[in-house]
Amino acid sequence: MLALIERLKNGLFGENPVFVQVLAMCPFLAVTTSVENALGMGLSTLTVLIFSNALISAVRKFIPNKIRIPAFIVIIAGFVSIIDLFLAAYLPDLYKSLGLFIPLIVVNCMILGRAEAYASKNSVLHSVYDALGMGLGFTMALSILAFFREILGAGTVLGFQILPEAYEPANIMILAPGAFLTLGLIMAFINNKNLKKGKDLLKIHDCESCGMGCDMPKPEKMNIKLDAEAIQKGGAN
Amino acid sequence: MDLLIIFINAMLVNNFVLSRFLGICGFLGVSKKRDASIGMGLAVLFVMSIASIGTWSVYTFLLEPNGLDYLKTVAFILVIAALVQFVEMVVKKMSPALYDALGIFLPLITTNCAVLGVTFLNVQDKLSLGGSLVNALGAALGFFLAIVLMASIREKLDRVSSVPRAFQGLPIALITAGLMAISFLGFKGLI
Repeated sequence: MLALIERLKNGLFGENPVFVQVLAMCPFLAVTTSVENALGMGLSTLTVLIFSNALISAVRKFIPNKIRIPAFIVIIAGFVSIIDLFLAAYLPDLYKSLGLFIPLIVVNCMILGRAEAYASKNSVLHSVYDALGMGLGFTMALSILAFFREILGAGTVLGFQILPEAYEPANIMILAPGAFLTLGLIMAFINNKNLKKGKDLLKIHDCESCGMGCDMPKPEKMNIKLDAEAIQKGGAN
Repeated sequence: MDLLIIFINAMLVNNFVLSRFLGICGFLGVSKKRDASIGMGLAVLFVMSIASIGTWSVYTFLLEPNGLDYLKTVAFILVIAALVQFVEMVVKKMSPALYDALGIFLPLITTNCAVLGVTFLNVQDKLSLGGSLVNALGAALGFFLAIVLMASIREKLDRVSSVPRAFQGLPIALITAGLMAISFLGFKGLI
């Protein structure tokens, strides 16, 4: 029980996938046009995460280390296909409005990241707890952004009129720019809090903390190369 | 004419980054320096083209005739991963110069959602092979345009303006992207 609470706290606050780790930006920006879509996407991701974490944890001792990433991806893709078919059959409206982003859960860095960082090292039960925490953290983050966008862009929350009729909805909040601008302001707010607590500024996810980090060039390597070029140029001058 | 409309739609009207939100990680992560952003843009162009041809062939000749449509998520991601690995090996062997320029970005975009996204869109819109290729080219050039513009703005921003501490890094990048997205809304009337 204690482990569950610890994992939930970790997922919601300590290591929140969006507001702390800055992962999974694409679905996060795309589906937050309304709170309903955000909840649908969050819960779909949560479901995939629970099943994939459980299965990966269960088979972790049989998968050779070298091919673990492709194996994880196939497992995740399998569960995503199941969710995809399930939503198409039972919740066609939601399926239509989420569209492309349901199959794209496969490439959600957060899921592969949890498989690599947690499920491949811990027991099945703990991995499910971890998935619950992370999935709820993601759902919470989606709902927060969607709340601001929906209330300013349509004056409603979950379809209920909240702001008075006289409020002229700012359409731009529901269009693409609104997502970037709102998230930028939320991130600045979090940065401000971090600064006051003496923590570091948020860093853009550089695919290093992603599960595939092992085969990937570290971003420093790119910088070093570029810096070396700059030094050469500087030397020539 | 249809191909031209597909191209303009993928590149400008429904720009992959600024209006469809695909490939945001790469867009924000590799846009600090302009040189790096050009390399990233070219690598995306390269991978999207071969991925579109590869997945289109697999879907049309293997999955669709056998009624295996539901397997496309699994099949596409494996096809893309295998193709990228294969191309990386070939390029490394055949042309070390090209590998130096693009090589470091290739593994980075295997699981980029923009690449998987374009292959799904090809299938969803039931495009022909030519249509798929043009769609991929348009999408990749749109990504290239967005990331190079973004990197140029961010280089200037770092040099000349004093951004408040709390806005440094990610927040100002997102707000810049938001302003770019507003200007890209102007392309909506094009088609």
